[in-house]
Amino acid sequence: MSGLLGKKIGMTSVYDASGKMVPCTVIQAGPCVVTQVRTKEKDGYDAIQLSFDEVKEKSVNKPLMGHFNKANTTPKRMMAEFTRFEVEHRKDFGESINVEIFIEGEYIDVSGISKGKGFQGVVRRHGFAGVGGTTHGQHNRLRAPGSLGASSYPSRVFPGMRMAGRLGGNKVKMINLQIVKIIPEKNILVVKGSVPGSNGSYLKIERWS
Amino acid sequence: MNKPELVKIVESQIERREFPDFKAGDTITVNYKIKEGNKERIQSYSGVVIQRKGAGATATFTVRKISNNIGVERIFPIVSPFIDTIEVNKRGVVRRARIFYLRGLRGKKARIKEKRV
Repeated sequence: MSGLLGKKIGMTSVYDASGKMVPCTVIQAGPCVVTQVRTKEKDGYDAIQLSFDEVKEKSVNKPLMGHFNKANTTPKRMMAEFTRFEVEHRKDFGESINVEIFIEGEYIDVSGISKGKGFQGVVRRHGFAGVGGTTHGQHNRLRAPGSLGASSYPSRVFPGMRMAGRLGGNKVKMINLQIVKIIPEKNILVVKGSVPGSNGSYLKIERWS
Repeated sequence: MNKPELVKIVESQIERREFPDFKAGDTITVNYKIKEGNKERIQSYSGVVIQRKGAGATATFTVRKISNNIGVERIFPIVSPFIDTIEVNKRGVVRRARIFYLRGLRGKKARIKEKRV
Protein backbone atom coordinates (compact mmCIF):
# COMPACT_ATOMS: atom_id res chain seq x y z
CA MET A 1 0.00 0.00 0.00
CA SER A 2 0.98 3.60 -0.45
CA GLY A 3 -1.00 6.60 0.56
CA LEU A 4 -1.30 10.11 1.87
CA LEU A 5 -3.39 12.23 4.17
CA GLY A 6 -5.49 14.97 2.66
CA LYS A 7 -8.22 17.50 3.12
CA LYS A 8 -11.45 17.71 1.18
CA ILE A 9 -11.63 21.11 -0.52
CA GLY A 10 -14.79 20.98 -2.59
CA MET A 11 -16.44 19.65 -5.69
CA THR A 12 -16.41 20.83 -9.28
CA SER A 13 -16.62 19.29 -12.72
CA VAL A 14 -14.08 18.78 -15.48
CA TYR A 15 -14.39 17.49 -19.01
CA ASP A 16 -12.73 14.33 -20.30
CA ALA A 17 -11.21 13.82 -23.75
CA SER A 18 -14.55 12.94 -25.34
CA GLY A 19 -16.16 16.07 -23.94
CA LYS A 20 -18.11 14.29 -21.23
CA MET A 21 -18.62 16.14 -17.97
CA VAL A 22 -16.99 14.37 -15.01
CA PRO A 23 -18.13 15.33 -11.51
CA CYS A 24 -15.08 15.36 -9.26
CA THR A 25 -13.75 16.28 -5.85
CA VAL A 26 -10.71 18.47 -5.25
CA ILE A 27 -8.47 17.15 -2.46
CA GLN A 28 -5.46 18.87 -0.98
CA ALA A 29 -3.19 15.84 -0.60
CA GLY A 30 -0.02 16.17 1.39
CA PRO A 31 2.80 16.94 1.77
CA CYS A 32 2.95 14.48 4.64
CA VAL A 33 5.90 14.01 6.98
CA VAL A 34 6.98 10.60 8.28
CA THR A 35 6.83 11.12 12.04
CA GLN A 36 7.22 7.54 13.21
CA VAL A 37 8.45 4.26 11.79
CA ARG A 38 7.07 1.00 13.16
CA THR A 39 9.14 -2.12 12.59
CA LYS A 40 8.43 -5.79 12.90
CA GLU A 41 11.17 -6.29 15.51
CA LYS A 42 10.10 -3.49 17.80
CA ASP A 43 6.34 -3.15 17.33
CA GLY A 44 5.34 -6.46 15.76
CA TYR A 45 4.22 -4.91 12.47
CA ASP A 46 5.57 -2.72 9.66
CA ALA A 47 4.07 0.73 9.26
CA ILE A 48 4.89 4.39 8.94
CA GLN A 49 3.05 7.24 10.59
CA LEU A 50 2.30 10.25 8.38
CA SER A 51 1.40 13.72 9.66
CA PHE A 52 -0.41 16.38 7.70
CA ASP A 53 -1.64 19.99 7.96
CA GLU A 54 0.22 22.73 9.82
CA VAL A 55 -1.05 23.79 13.20
CA LYS A 56 0.04 26.57 15.58
CA GLU A 57 2.65 25.56 18.11
CA LYS A 58 0.50 26.75 21.03
CA SER A 59 -2.32 24.35 20.21
CA VAL A 60 -0.10 21.27 20.54
CA ASN A 61 0.68 19.83 23.95
CA LYS A 62 4.25 19.18 25.10
CA PRO A 63 4.36 15.39 24.64
CA LEU A 64 3.09 15.75 21.08
CA MET A 65 5.47 18.65 20.44
CA GLY A 66 8.33 16.36 21.49
CA HIS A 67 7.07 13.78 19.01
CA PHE A 68 7.29 16.30 16.18
CA ASN A 69 10.62 17.71 17.35
CA LYS A 70 12.07 14.22 17.17
CA ALA A 71 11.16 14.08 13.48
CA ASN A 72 12.56 17.59 13.08
CA THR A 73 9.30 19.02 11.76
CA THR A 74 6.62 21.59 12.62
CA PRO A 75 3.51 20.50 14.54
CA LYS A 76 0.76 18.90 12.46
CA ARG A 77 -2.93 18.35 13.07
CA MET A 78 -3.67 15.00 11.48
CA MET A 79 -1.75 11.76 11.98
CA ALA A 80 -2.36 8.25 10.73
CA GLU A 81 -0.48 5.01 10.27
CA PHE A 82 -0.08 3.26 6.95
CA THR A 83 0.82 -0.41 7.16
CA ARG A 84 3.08 -2.22 4.69
CA PHE A 85 3.96 0.96 2.79
CA GLU A 86 5.33 0.30 -0.70
CA VAL A 87 9.11 0.29 -0.72
CA GLU A 88 9.60 2.50 -3.80
CA HIS A 89 7.52 5.35 -2.33
CA ARG A 90 8.54 4.83 1.26
CA LYS A 91 10.52 7.66 2.88
CA ASP A 92 12.71 7.66 5.94
CA PHE A 93 11.92 9.14 9.33
CA GLY A 94 11.48 12.93 9.09
CA GLU A 95 11.21 13.07 5.31
CA SER A 96 8.08 14.12 3.48
CA ILE A 97 5.89 12.40 0.90
CA ASN A 98 3.86 14.35 -1.63
CA VAL A 99 1.17 13.80 -4.21
CA GLU A 100 3.66 12.72 -6.87
CA ILE A 101 3.44 9.13 -5.65
CA PHE A 102 0.15 8.91 -7.56
CA ILE A 103 -0.33 8.74 -11.33
CA GLU A 104 -3.26 10.21 -13.25
CA GLY A 105 -5.82 7.60 -14.24
CA GLU A 106 -5.15 5.06 -11.50
CA TYR A 107 -7.63 4.05 -8.83
CA ILE A 108 -7.46 4.92 -5.13
CA ASP A 109 -9.49 4.44 -1.97
CA VAL A 110 -10.49 7.48 0.09
CA SER A 111 -11.79 7.23 3.63
CA GLY A 112 -13.08 9.89 5.99
CA ILE A 113 -15.80 10.70 8.49
CA SER A 114 -19.18 11.14 6.82
CA LYS A 115 -21.40 14.14 7.50
CA GLY A 116 -23.46 13.74 10.66
CA LYS A 117 -27.17 13.74 9.91
CA GLY A 118 -28.55 13.57 13.44
CA PHE A 119 -31.41 11.36 14.63
CA GLN A 120 -33.11 9.98 11.53
CA GLY A 121 -36.05 7.66 10.98
CA VAL A 122 -35.95 4.23 9.35
CA VAL A 123 -36.90 5.48 5.89
CA ARG A 124 -33.82 7.65 5.62
CA ARG A 125 -31.51 5.57 7.80
CA HIS A 126 -32.22 2.07 6.48
CA GLY A 127 -34.11 2.68 3.27
CA PHE A 128 -37.45 1.34 4.54
CA ALA A 129 -40.30 1.99 2.13
CA GLY A 130 -42.69 3.47 4.68
CA VAL A 131 -46.43 2.93 4.38
CA GLY A 132 -47.54 3.17 0.80
CA GLY A 133 -50.87 4.90 0.70
CA THR A 134 -53.07 7.11 2.80
CA THR A 135 -56.37 5.44 1.84
CA HIS A 136 -58.42 2.81 3.78
CA GLY A 137 -58.38 4.93 6.90
CA GLN A 138 -54.57 4.98 6.98
CA HIS A 139 -53.10 8.13 8.45
CA ASN A 140 -50.11 9.53 10.36
CA ARG A 141 -47.93 6.39 9.88
CA LEU A 142 -46.43 7.23 6.50
CA ARG A 143 -42.79 6.76 7.55
CA ALA A 144 -43.31 4.23 10.35
CA PRO A 145 -41.06 1.12 10.68
CA GLY A 146 -43.95 -1.37 10.98
CA SER A 147 -43.68 -4.57 13.00
CA LEU A 148 -40.54 -5.35 15.01
CA GLY A 149 -41.16 -9.10 15.04
CA ALA A 150 -43.47 -11.89 16.19
CA SER A 151 -45.47 -11.95 19.45
CA SER A 152 -45.41 -14.55 22.25
CA TYR A 153 -42.52 -16.35 20.65
CA PRO A 154 -39.86 -14.90 20.96
CA SER A 155 -41.45 -12.27 23.24
CA ARG A 156 -38.54 -9.98 22.61
CA VAL A 157 -36.98 -7.86 19.88
CA PHE A 158 -33.97 -9.48 18.26
CA PRO A 159 -30.68 -7.64 18.65
CA GLY A 160 -29.66 -5.67 15.58
CA MET A 161 -33.25 -4.83 14.59
CA ARG A 162 -33.03 -1.82 12.33
CA MET A 163 -34.64 1.18 13.97
CA ALA A 164 -34.41 4.97 14.01
CA GLY A 165 -31.29 6.55 15.45
CA ARG A 166 -28.17 8.52 14.76
CA LEU A 167 -27.13 8.58 11.11
CA GLY A 168 -23.82 9.66 9.66
CA GLY A 169 -20.61 10.64 11.40
CA ASN A 170 -19.12 7.20 10.73
CA LYS A 171 -15.92 6.25 9.04
CA VAL A 172 -16.73 5.64 5.39
CA LYS A 173 -14.40 4.41 2.69
CA MET A 174 -15.02 5.06 -0.99
CA ILE A 175 -13.19 2.49 -3.05
CA ASN A 176 -11.87 2.65 -6.61
CA LEU A 177 -12.07 6.39 -7.23
CA GLN A 178 -10.26 7.32 -10.41
CA ILE A 179 -7.65 10.07 -10.29
CA VAL A 180 -8.68 12.65 -12.88
CA LYS A 181 -5.91 15.16 -12.43
CA ILE A 182 -2.83 15.88 -10.31
CA ILE A 183 -1.32 19.34 -9.82
CA PRO A 184 1.91 18.68 -7.90
CA GLU A 185 2.86 22.37 -7.40
CA LYS A 186 -0.26 22.98 -5.34
CA ASN A 187 -0.57 19.41 -3.93
CA ILE A 188 -3.94 19.06 -5.63
CA LEU A 189 -5.51 15.68 -6.29
CA VAL A 190 -8.74 15.58 -8.30
CA VAL A 191 -10.74 12.36 -8.07
CA LYS A 192 -13.86 11.29 -9.90
CA GLY A 193 -16.98 11.24 -7.78
CA SER A 194 -17.60 12.24 -4.19
CA VAL A 195 -15.71 11.55 -0.97
CA PRO A 196 -17.08 11.36 2.58
CA GLY A 197 -17.33 14.36 4.88
CA SER A 198 -17.84 18.07 4.65
CA ASN A 199 -15.47 20.48 2.93
CA GLY A 200 -12.34 20.89 5.04
CA SER A 201 -12.57 17.44 6.63
CA TYR A 202 -9.58 15.11 6.73
CA LEU A 203 -9.19 12.13 4.45
CA LYS A 204 -6.97 9.08 4.27
CA ILE A 205 -6.00 8.27 0.71
CA GLU A 206 -4.75 4.77 -0.04
CA ARG A 207 -3.63 2.90 -3.10
CA TRP A 208 -3.42 -0.87 -3.06
CA SER A 209 -1.45 -2.48 -5.82
CA MET B 1 -20.78 31.42 -2.01
CA ASN B 2 -17.18 31.86 -3.03
CA LYS B 3 -15.33 28.83 -4.24
CA PRO B 4 -12.18 27.73 -2.42
CA GLU B 5 -8.89 28.80 -3.98
CA LEU B 6 -7.79 25.27 -4.88
CA VAL B 7 -11.07 24.55 -6.66
CA LYS B 8 -10.54 27.72 -8.71
CA ILE B 9 -7.07 26.50 -9.71
CA VAL B 10 -8.54 23.25 -11.02
CA GLU B 11 -11.30 25.12 -12.84
CA SER B 12 -8.86 27.58 -14.40
CA GLN B 13 -7.29 24.70 -16.35
CA ILE B 14 -10.51 24.08 -18.24
CA GLU B 15 -10.57 25.74 -21.63
CA ARG B 16 -13.04 28.62 -21.70
CA ARG B 17 -14.28 30.26 -24.87
CA GLU B 18 -15.68 33.74 -25.31
CA PHE B 19 -19.40 34.00 -25.90
CA PRO B 20 -21.45 37.17 -26.25
CA ASP B 21 -22.79 38.42 -22.96
CA PHE B 22 -26.42 37.48 -22.29
CA LYS B 23 -28.76 37.40 -19.35
CA ALA B 24 -32.24 36.29 -18.35
CA GLY B 25 -34.91 37.58 -20.74
CA ASP B 26 -32.66 37.50 -23.81
CA THR B 27 -33.57 35.34 -26.77
CA ILE B 28 -30.55 33.32 -27.91
CA THR B 29 -29.62 30.58 -30.33
CA VAL B 30 -27.26 27.87 -29.10
CA ASN B 31 -25.49 25.97 -31.85
CA TYR B 32 -24.81 22.60 -30.28
CA LYS B 33 -22.53 19.90 -31.67
CA ILE B 34 -24.12 16.48 -31.83
CA LYS B 35 -22.13 13.32 -32.43
CA GLU B 36 -23.84 10.54 -34.35
CA GLY B 37 -21.49 7.62 -34.75
CA ASN B 38 -18.46 9.16 -36.37
CA LYS B 39 -20.27 12.13 -37.87
CA GLU B 40 -20.65 15.42 -36.12
CA ARG B 41 -23.35 17.91 -36.96
CA ILE B 42 -24.61 21.14 -35.49
CA GLN B 43 -28.10 21.53 -34.12
CA SER B 44 -29.42 24.95 -33.20
CA TYR B 45 -31.69 25.47 -30.25
CA SER B 46 -33.23 28.88 -29.74
CA GLY B 47 -35.37 30.26 -26.98
CA VAL B 48 -35.53 32.59 -24.02
CA VAL B 49 -32.86 32.46 -21.31
CA ILE B 50 -34.70 32.04 -18.03
CA GLN B 51 -31.76 31.79 -15.70
CA ARG B 52 -28.00 31.85 -15.40
CA LYS B 53 -26.70 29.82 -12.51
CA GLY B 54 -23.43 29.02 -10.78
CA ALA B 55 -19.91 30.27 -11.21
CA GLY B 56 -16.67 29.10 -12.76
CA ALA B 57 -16.60 25.73 -14.47
CA THR B 58 -19.98 24.66 -13.11
CA ALA B 59 -21.94 27.67 -14.42
CA THR B 60 -25.02 26.82 -16.47
CA PHE B 61 -27.84 28.61 -18.26
CA THR B 62 -31.37 27.47 -19.00
CA VAL B 63 -33.10 28.14 -22.31
CA ARG B 64 -36.87 27.78 -22.63
CA LYS B 65 -38.83 27.48 -25.83
CA ILE B 66 -42.26 26.31 -26.90
CA SER B 67 -41.93 23.33 -29.21
CA ASN B 68 -45.14 21.88 -30.75
CA ASN B 69 -47.16 23.59 -28.03
CA ILE B 70 -45.08 21.97 -25.30
CA GLY B 71 -42.71 23.99 -23.17
CA VAL B 72 -39.12 22.68 -23.40
CA GLU B 73 -36.29 23.76 -21.15
CA ARG B 74 -32.71 22.83 -21.75
CA ILE B 75 -29.80 23.41 -19.39
CA PHE B 76 -26.35 24.02 -20.89
CA PRO B 77 -23.05 24.20 -19.00
CA ILE B 78 -21.27 27.32 -20.26
CA VAL B 79 -17.88 25.58 -20.54
CA SER B 80 -19.36 22.59 -22.38
CA PRO B 81 -17.11 21.65 -25.31
CA PHE B 82 -20.20 20.76 -27.34
CA ILE B 83 -21.41 24.35 -27.57
CA ASP B 84 -20.23 25.64 -30.94
CA THR B 85 -21.49 29.23 -30.89
CA ILE B 86 -24.10 31.31 -29.10
CA GLU B 87 -25.97 34.08 -30.91
CA VAL B 88 -27.99 36.72 -29.12
CA ASN B 89 -31.10 37.40 -31.18
CA LYS B 90 -33.00 39.76 -28.92
CA ARG B 91 -32.32 41.65 -25.72
CA GLY B 92 -35.28 41.52 -23.39
CA VAL B 93 -36.36 43.84 -20.59
CA VAL B 94 -37.10 41.85 -17.43
CA ARG B 95 -37.01 42.89 -13.80
CA ARG B 96 -35.57 39.77 -12.26
CA ALA B 97 -32.58 37.48 -12.76
CA ARG B 98 -34.63 34.27 -12.90
CA ILE B 99 -37.84 34.60 -14.86
CA PHE B 100 -39.58 31.37 -13.81
CA TYR B 101 -42.96 33.16 -13.98
CA LEU B 102 -42.69 32.59 -17.73
CA ARG B 103 -43.52 28.92 -17.16
CA GLY B 104 -47.05 29.81 -16.13
CA LEU B 105 -47.71 32.06 -19.11
CA ARG B 106 -48.65 31.13 -22.66
CA GLY B 107 -49.13 32.86 -25.99
CA LYS B 108 -49.38 36.64 -25.98
CA LYS B 109 -48.91 36.84 -22.20
CA ALA B 110 -45.51 35.14 -22.49
CA ARG B 111 -44.00 37.93 -24.55
CA ILE B 112 -41.00 39.84 -23.28
CA LYS B 113 -40.52 43.51 -24.09
CA GLU B 114 -37.51 44.13 -26.31
CA LYS B 115 -34.76 46.43 -25.15
CA ARG B 116 -34.36 49.56 -27.31
CA VAL B 117 -30.76 50.44 -27.97
